[in-house]
Amino acid sequence: MTALLATEGLTMRFGGVVAVDDVNLSVAERELRCLIGPNGAGKSTFFRCLTGQYRPTAGRILWRGRDITGLEPHAIARLGIGIKTQVPSLFDGLTALEGVTLAVRRKHGEREAKRRAMAALERLGIGELAEAQVGLLAHGQRQLVELATVVAPEPDLIILDEPTAGMSAEETAGTATLIREMNRDHAVIVVEHDMQFIRAIASGITVFHQGRILVEDCAERVLADPRVHDVYLGRPPEARMAVPA
Amino acid sequence: MTEDRRALLQAVLALLAAGFAAWWLPQVLELFAIINATVYVAMALLALSLALVWGFGGILCFGQAAFFGLGGYAYAVAALNLPDTTYAIPIALGVPMLAAAALGYVMFYGKVSDVYMGVITLTVTLILFNFINSTAGDEWRIGAAPLGGFNGIPATPPLNVPGDPGTALAPEQIFVIAVACLGGCYAVCKLVLRSHFGRVVVAIRENELRAALLGYDVRFHKLAIFAIGGLMAGLAGMLFANCVFVSPTMFSLAYSGQVIIWVMVGGVGTLLGPIIGAMLLQALTAWAGTLPEVNPSLILGLVLVVAVLAIPRGLQPTLAALFRRRTP
Amino acid sequence: MDLALATGIQALSGIATLLLISLGLAIVFGMMRVINLAHGEFLMLGAYSAILAVEAGINLWVAMLVVAPLCVGLLGVVVERLVIRRLYGRMVDTMLATWGLSLALVGAVTMIFGNTVAGFSAPLGSVQIGAYSTSGYGLFLIAATLVLLAAVWAVLRFTLAGLVARGTMQNAGMAAALGVPTERVYALSFAAGAAVSGLAGALIAPMSGVVPTMGTAYIARSFITVITGGASMLAGTSSAAGLLGSVNTLGTFATTPVLGEVLMLAIAIVLLRLLPQGITGRFFRRSL
Repeated sequence: MTALLATEGLTMRFGGVVAVDDVNLSVAERELRCLIGPNGAGKSTFFRCLTGQYRPTAGRILWRGRDITGLEPHAIARLGIGIKTQVPSLFDGLTALEGVTLAVRRKHGEREAKRRAMAALERLGIGELAEAQVGLLAHGQRQLVELATVVAPEPDLIILDEPTAGMSAEETAGTATLIREMNRDHAVIVVEHDMQFIRAIASGITVFHQGRILVEDCAERVLADPRVHDVYLGRPPEARMAVPA
Repeated sequence: MTEDRRALLQAVLALLAAGFAAWWLPQVLELFAIINATVYVAMALLALSLALVWGFGGILCFGQAAFFGLGGYAYAVAALNLPDTTYAIPIALGVPMLAAAALGYVMFYGKVSDVYMGVITLTVTLILFNFINSTAGDEWRIGAAPLGGFNGIPATPPLNVPGDPGTALAPEQIFVIAVACLGGCYAVCKLVLRSHFGRVVVAIRENELRAALLGYDVRFHKLAIFAIGGLMAGLAGMLFANCVFVSPTMFSLAYSGQVIIWVMVGGVGTLLGPIIGAMLLQALTAWAGTLPEVNPSLILGLVLVVAVLAIPRGLQPTLAALFRRRTP
Repeated sequence: MDLALATGIQALSGIATLLLISLGLAIVFGMMRVINLAHGEFLMLGAYSAILAVEAGINLWVAMLVVAPLCVGLLGVVVERLVIRRLYGRMVDTMLATWGLSLALVGAVTMIFGNTVAGFSAPLGSVQIGAYSTSGYGLFLIAATLVLLAAVWAVLRFTLAGLVARGTMQNAGMAAALGVPTERVYALSFAAGAAVSGLAGALIAPMSGVVPTMGTAYIARSFITVITGGASMLAGTSSAAGLLGSVNTLGTFATTPVLGEVLMLAIAIVLLRLLPQGITGRFFRRSL
């Protein structure tokens, strides 16, 4: 079976810096995958390549086997990919309902779009914010509004860039539950570096380090892998023996 | 739904107001005042075109006068060449719209950033200004129409009764047409902004990346709203050509600057504000022109500086906020 | 040979003029990300203050090289206090406010001096190159531009003030955290930019003639030169002036002055389409 989304030799260079280096990644339908790695590992650049914000220097991106490298962000979104950026990207001047309605309005009529938008807001437990102006909401609420915007059109794949950035431990746990629930109907890729959160969702994990894939495995084994500890804690290899993993 | 109804109501009210003005003013004003009023209406329409492009599309165009000038010149040249000036209307609208679309294609599909957009629109206006200014010689003519360089085309024929080239429209009738155009364009703007297309345009102004990530083609929407703005500015230019005559000053930076000032003072992000701003400031400029010791540029410039510093949101939103505070 | 030399000098003087009229704008844009649309009027006021000083009996060179930059520099201090400072970070609002200022200055000067051409004739006579002659003042302009450019470069590169300025330019927040009074740096930068504009206005006055509206003839050209140059104020402005100035001169030679300018503007648009961040967005990125 062809993968839902795959990259082949994806590479992104900025001048002399190779931010993403020959990455081969494959995500299946209904899969939940975390991309982790320390700061500067290349996750966010990789995310921007996937979402069409950067045009990769080399390599290909395949959607159900079809080459989509270099498509504009709107064309990528139209394939059925929902994208949440790291800093909530919202229509500050509109109400929450108006914003989410726009997300579904492309495929549905006015009335149906509004109904679906309201349903999405309620699904995330923020139905009461429907008429609030988005620019005036608190950070956590904005994150939820953006998640509603992303799930409302029922995409086949959802890509989330650091969804727990700036959240409290409690909110982080709630978001993990939410993402597992989203995963029931959609494939999800989560770019993260919060280890607590990774433990909570316990999915397949791909670890980035210096622009390359270091390990790719299930959560348990990745979290126990000494190499992963090294890149996160910056321990030299010889110190590895002294401390039990 | 109530929002839609309110938009419809405002559109209808605008048309009624325009209808009243068109019926009443010609009865009370003298010929010279009628022509002057037509110029005011044309300028208000020019302001409305920028209000749409800048206030709702988020595109700061320093060259709205270029489309105004193109509309005027396209009308003048076509009217001199065609037997019936009615046929010049589509040309006067089409040329500036296509020019706006071409320029928009370069800017939006080239992903030029805000400030650079200002530079490009300004530059194009200057190019046109310089070019038209240099067409004084007899070799510069399109068909029967000499371009006339800095003198412009003084012999611009006015619109005639459709189908009857022998009967030119009277200034009163041109005034009625101008008012109808302004009212109609205002209504169209209102309805466009309430449509799905208009909401996407506003969403793009709010957050370009988010709109793109929802699958909306940012470049196309900007191009479309810019082209509509170009068309409306062209219409304003055509009306202007019908009551004054076309000359290179239509392309001048002073005109582009004035339009920006009108919209800024009236309120960026509103439609009615810029129309009122255009009328008020035109009147102010005209009044300042009668003062012997004061230069109108000085007053206009100071108004702009004070407006930016004191009421950055413009008259309409500021007054509306005051009004709301008074009546809770 | 003589023709080539004369043409070369012509092109160089075109480039020098472009660079001269753009430098003040470039300093303000490079340091503060402020686009000063009243820049053309700063040039105009530089020219007028030189004329007034000459009429008051001050030596021509002192009037051009000292009085003009001083007067316009002081004006810059006032404008920064009253307008620019209140609008930091609001780029579009700054553009609008300075545009208003530009209109107001044109209006005020027209009221005082009337809408007539003033000016003083170019000193230094003409220089013979084989069969051709070129004005000595044109050569002086080229030299003056080079000296001015070198001076700005040296100040930025070698003095403490220059270091502070470069630091603020790179990262204003960090500079502020290190105790740099960024407000004062900005105020001084604006004044310095205004002074350079005033000097430039006085220097071009003998070549161009002086009218209240002369600024409009220059603002677009300098604006385009600076934007085409990109982020680095000296390297960007020089390279853009070099390119656009040559295009303008050659276009003028081949056709008419008007079409030469049209060609230059068209090239600038094409360049911006290809290099949206300006020339120094792609090349000479680390230079000043």
